[in-house]
Amino acid sequence: MSEAINIHSGAAVHAVHHDNGHGHHEQSFISKYIFSMDHKTIGKQFLITGIVWAIIGGLFSVLFRLQLGFPDQSFPILETFFGHWAKGGQIQPEFYYGLVTIHGTVLVFFVLTAGLSGTFANLLIPLQIGARDMASPFLNMLSYWFFFIASIIMLSSIFVHTGPASGGWTMYPPLSALRQAGDGQKIGTDLWLIAMALFIVSSLLGGLNYISTILNMRTKGMSMTRLPLPVWAMFFTAVLGVLSFPVLLSGAILLIFDRNLGTSFYLSDIVINGEILPNEGGSAILYQHLFWFLGHPEVYIILLPAMGMVSEILSVNARKPIFGYMAMLGSMFSIAILAFLVWAHHMFVTGLNPFLGSVFVLLTLLIAVPSAIKVFNWLTTLWRGNIRFTPAALFAIGFVSLFISGGLTGIFLGNSTIDIHLHDTMFVVAHFHIVMGVASFFGMFAGVYHWFPKMFGRYLNNTLGYLHFWVTMVGAYLIFWPMHYQGLAGMPRRYLDKRGWVSFNQFADLDKMITVVSIIVFAVQLMFVFNFFYSIFKGRKVTSQNPWGANTLEWTTKITPGHGNWDGEIPEVHRWPYDYAKDGREFIPQTEPVGANESKH
Amino acid sequence: MEIVGKQEKQKMHPHKFTLWVAIGSLVMMFAGLTSAFIVKSNQVNWKPVSLPRVFWVSTGIILLSSLAIQVALRSFKDREMNRYRLLTGITVLLGAAFLICQWMGFRELWAQQVTFKGAGGGQFLYVIFGLHALHVLGGLIALFIMFIKGFFGKTKLYSSVPVEVAATYWHFVDALWIYLLVFFLVIGKN
Repeated sequence: MSEAINIHSGAAVHAVHHDNGHGHHEQSFISKYIFSMDHKTIGKQFLITGIVWAIIGGLFSVLFRLQLGFPDQSFPILETFFGHWAKGGQIQPEFYYGLVTIHGTVLVFFVLTAGLSGTFANLLIPLQIGARDMASPFLNMLSYWFFFIASIIMLSSIFVHTGPASGGWTMYPPLSALRQAGDGQKIGTDLWLIAMALFIVSSLLGGLNYISTILNMRTKGMSMTRLPLPVWAMFFTAVLGVLSFPVLLSGAILLIFDRNLGTSFYLSDIVINGEILPNEGGSAILYQHLFWFLGHPEVYIILLPAMGMVSEILSVNARKPIFGYMAMLGSMFSIAILAFLVWAHHMFVTGLNPFLGSVFVLLTLLIAVPSAIKVFNWLTTLWRGNIRFTPAALFAIGFVSLFISGGLTGIFLGNSTIDIHLHDTMFVVAHFHIVMGVASFFGMFAGVYHWFPKMFGRYLNNTLGYLHFWVTMVGAYLIFWPMHYQGLAGMPRRYLDKRGWVSFNQFADLDKMITVVSIIVFAVQLMFVFNFFYSIFKGRKVTSQNPWGANTLEWTTKITPGHGNWDGEIPEVHRWPYDYAKDGREFIPQTEPVGANESKH
Repeated sequence: MEIVGKQEKQKMHPHKFTLWVAIGSLVMMFAGLTSAFIVKSNQVNWKPVSLPRVFWVSTGIILLSSLAIQVALRSFKDREMNRYRLLTGITVLLGAAFLICQWMGFRELWAQQVTFKGAGGGQFLYVIFGLHALHVLGGLIALFIMFIKGFFGKTKLYSSVPVEVAATYWHFVDALWIYLLVFFLVIGKN
């Protein structure tokens, strides 16, 4: 009853058939590009949807930066586009909170979760482990379409009359649970909750597939310790998602009950607009526990895929083996474990028992150890390497820089005593944008530049790529570095207008500078998007099967592989993926048998 | 047959494996909810909840249905298709009966003034048992489709994997129900 063999031979037959019958048995447009079950197409769908979301999320940040940088200025064009949301050309409070909320939600979930791991887990897992497709291509397709429906619903919430959800991306009750609390708490929040529930389903379906594909569908010889690091990273990411997203779902379900059915899970003793609400016995802190039990692993769901891809890209472009492969695995494993044990460091000022707080401080600071190991390994991989500074390699190096500077400020925030001062200030904004937002974006860009030839059979334009990197790199530091000083001075985050505080007036010019730079950086991202779509159709064509001289299996397929990935047999694997500069050879692909006088791994 | 058994031991079918990961995920969801229950039961104004008798009936029913699907799986593997069809049918009926009992239990509680007003274990009971019932309903729909297919399907490849996946899921919702019942009996009372 060898099911696995049946599947493989079936897929092989399919692939061969597909190849031979190209002339008279073409797939329809719909089954090939829209309701596709090919993991590569699904990956591209995730990527392009993610790009659309990134433009929307980025544009929103430019809009609220306009308000923060130029609170006195009127921009009549805003009123033309947004009507009463920008009365008199100025961003209105409700609009501001809506922008901040949707910016956060979209970038954390729709871009850096679905757009990042959805894209690269789909593209890389089957190609790098040597499988024809995912364990369940159908569930994989469903995963994308759930994400798509979630996207449509989230997008529609921007267009409803009372505006999108505006309770912050964390959606804390009681604010988010009470319709009376404001316009954004009306239908906008309902749509937000529905979209997030669908998004969670999408993530779970995707994650299930990634895990069982990695554990069950590896080609002959591909032992777990011969897996390329991106695959390991996607594996831990999927495990984190599968274990933590359901908890967010239960938190959201209780919130839906409180909003719509009058229960009191999170609500207690509330007077709003002079009205005394009947709810009693609820606990708003309960929601924070449920939310951050997902919310913290979510940080690593975002970061781990970037770490994995950066490891691969650095090793390929430094033409050196990755330093400390097993240490990389060990550190990713301990990061995955610790990710579940630190959630309360987001809640130090909620009245958490200080003793409990000190336990969470200890566990939080422990994450510095595996993080430092990874940084050390990346640096030693680069050390004395024969580095090729492709745009992908630059973004990977930029990732390491951002991860170090953003990670160090995490040590400040992880201390419950210092956090009393820094909590909810611009310092937090600076920290998580650098270490999680921009760093993961850099990992994503590195991945796009590196695997674009595999996705579309063409290269991205290099000159635009270099321009993209340098402006984004310098811009990211110019935008977020000054925010640390604002935060240390006590400037709160999320505030619409700080002109009332004399102490913050000194930062007015700084805020202007940040806004101007963020407009420039946003424009450069649009340039990248142009490069992306232009190169799909008009980019320089890839002529060799293995343009980067890499060892991993995806470069043993045709330049643009069809469904089934390999025309003939799936290649067998004989060695780990990082044999660069070994025995006088520049690189040795994984498919090459170990020679007689070669040392074993 | 011995060789087949050995091969199956060596490598689990990807669909079965996916199911086990999904079960892990569901366990996390219910763990989240029941730990929320524990956190909240320490707050003031907490009202404990006592379970109506009918939940004991539903416990018996779901245990029986678990037995039925196990025998159905055995019959499928022995190629006894008639017995397989009969037993899947019985499982579907028992599953539906379970859901009806749950509904009766909810109504009885509601009549005892355990509603969405105020706070207490009752609200959690509706959410937790309700979510469990939704998962039973999902399994029931899948089983019903399998039951219909048992009559019309022309299976050339006699793979027992779909039946095994269904049976494992069904045992899981059964075990989950026992956990939830014990949870509400032991922790929900105080």
